Amino acid sequence: MRRLLLCPPDYYGIEYEINPWMRRTRNAEPGLACVQWKALCDTLRTLGCQIDLLAPQPGLPDLVFTANAGLVIGRRFILSSFRHKERRGEEGHFERWFAEHGFEVVKLPPKLIFEGEGDGLFCGDVLFCGYRFRSDIQSHLFLTELLHNLVVSVELVDERFYHLDTCFCPLPDGSAIWFPEAFDGYGQRAIREHCASLIEVAREEAVHFACNAIVLERDIVLPAGCPGLCRLLDKAGYRTHELPMNEFIKAGGACKCLALLVPAR
Amino acid sequence: MFSEQIELRGHIIDSLILPKVLDEILGRGGNFRILEIRIGQERTDPSFARIEVSGASPEIMDDLVRRLRLHGAELVCEADVQLAPAPADGVFPEDFYVTTNQQTFIHFDGRWVEVRPAMMDSGIAVDRGPQTATALKFCDVRKGMEFVVGHRGVRVVPHQRSTARTDAFEFMASNISSEKPKSAVIREMAEEFRKAKRAGGKVLVVGGPAIVHTGAGEHLEKLIGWGYVDLLFAGNALAAHDIEHALYGTSLGVYLREGAVAEEGHENHMRAINTIRAAGGITAAVAKGVLRQGVMYQCVRQKTGFVLAGSIRDDGPLPEVITDALEAQRAMRSQLVGVTHALMMGTMLHSIAVGNMLPASVKTICVDINPSVVTKLADRGTFQAIGLVTDLEPFLRELTGFVGGPVKEVKADAPVAALPA
Repeated sequence: MRRLLLCPPDYYGIEYEINPWMRRTRNAEPGLACVQWKALCDTLRTLGCQIDLLAPQPGLPDLVFTANAGLVIGRRFILSSFRHKERRGEEGHFERWFAEHGFEVVKLPPKLIFEGEGDGLFCGDVLFCGYRFRSDIQSHLFLTELLHNLVVSVELVDERFYHLDTCFCPLPDGSAIWFPEAFDGYGQRAIREHCASLIEVAREEAVHFACNAIVLERDIVLPAGCPGLCRLLDKAGYRTHELPMNEFIKAGGACKCLALLVPAR
Repeated sequence: MFSEQIELRGHIIDSLILPKVLDEILGRGGNFRILEIRIGQERTDPSFARIEVSGASPEIMDDLVRRLRLHGAELVCEADVQLAPAPADGVFPEDFYVTTNQQTFIHFDGRWVEVRPAMMDSGIAVDRGPQTATALKFCDVRKGMEFVVGHRGVRVVPHQRSTARTDAFEFMASNISSEKPKSAVIREMAEEFRKAKRAGGKVLVVGGPAIVHTGAGEHLEKLIGWGYVDLLFAGNALAAHDIEHALYGTSLGVYLREGAVAEEGHENHMRAINTIRAAGGITAAVAKGVLRQGVMYQCVRQKTGFVLAGSIRDDGPLPEVITDALEAQRAMRSQLVGVTHALMMGTMLHSIAVGNMLPASVKTICVDINPSVVTKLADRGTFQAIGLVTDLEPFLRELTGFVGGPVKEVKADAPVAALPA
């Protein structure tokens, strides 16, 4: 059974602008956001996931995006260190939850910036890590030494795809869904060299956060509005579950951003 | 060239970070040398590379390092210069760094600071407050001032002549001896002066009395009058004989027009000096209408700065002549700011002295009938000087002819004038 950490969107909203999707003038509709989040929760439960909930906190609208809490490896939780001050208040809540649930909390050395599963995803035995907009590459060296794992650092070049999980989604067989334009040429080559095969997402679906999907073996939960990708995944033998995510896309997130794998490995 | 060492760690081969960093260095005008590389043996082992990155200026390096840090490069810190206090006025600390005339930077408090001015045979005084580095001569050293000692943390940027043939300085790749044709070179020089003036450059002339003796004074007077000369460095003799010529038509008692010796002509330069002393100086003599022509008259009229430095063989001297050698050096140094071109004619010691004060970046031409003057100037450190072995009068006559007219009247794109008939 897959265990996931989610956080109800009680205090979710667009209260600041830290990525190109956010507009304070285009706030999320709270009722609709609740409905969309609940549908995600229900779908994940239906697919056999164990859902843990983090208590929402006033003043921390992005706490709902639990994928950015950190990276869980076995019983170790590597706590994120956020780029933007607006999100740094979340760190203490994530730290407390994992400590209370019996995890060893690992903090990054001072000045290292890393935003958890948002920028760190396993594909096969390789940990792919994105850098530039939200995480610094310096944090990848820390992960390399901590985990004794191959870490492939890829530079993100399109601010709309500011986290790795907005443009790259590993599949269980060592292949991945991706939107190549979000990476520089070196990153694209590195991904091609280390992934068994790649499913490319069209630009119009990439901006619908097609890559921001939760993969549960043969089931893939992804935002609605990505028919092209669904066809490709169906053909590859996956079952797709499309969910409306518009209210969260307003803040630059979708299915995967709303769930943290416990553990990722 | 400036260089810094950087280190890369991690899975820099699998992530293609190493080739990306090397490409970035080349793509931004830098260069690199891999000093050390260790490739991880196991798939999970990180790799390591230490790379020397070089660029043409500190700005290029700053930009490069900033870019490379984004890809995980860590800067290997450059050592700061070592400083020691001057033990007494006029005395540098032991092992003080002696400057060249090339652009020099020191690494101080974690950053590169340019030494100003670029002047040879000086010590580098460092002021910790404003973080400035100043080239100072013995006479300006004060007890307790901090100077750079040793060579650690000092970078010299070699002056490089462009290999593109775009001006007289590239054209004159070697000194022009007395046996080579000179007209084409002088024409190039004329164009160079015109270009310099159009670009807001500042031209310094260093002249000896031979300019007047050979009858070339009128051409220099013309160049000054046309606005091509911004600064004149000379001794008492040039001014004295120029004024002698202005007042009596002779130089060292010889009529320049006829070449004949004037009766009692040897008295003329003494009488000329006396007249100017009586008038209260060269500037005062022009104001009173006593001095109405000549090089010095044009300098005063055009407000061209001049510094006359005295020597032990001077007669008089003229009131404007600075007889304290250190004071004269200071006065010359203080006026050199912004000089882009130097034309040195017919004076060996003055040329060497001024050459010692000039940064290597100043385009310097030395014209003398004696080939050894040019050689000596280069041998004493002013390696950037190019030389022309010729008599001054035909040189200045041709130069003036090619220049063609006042700075303001010569159109920017007008061709250099034809050789005068």
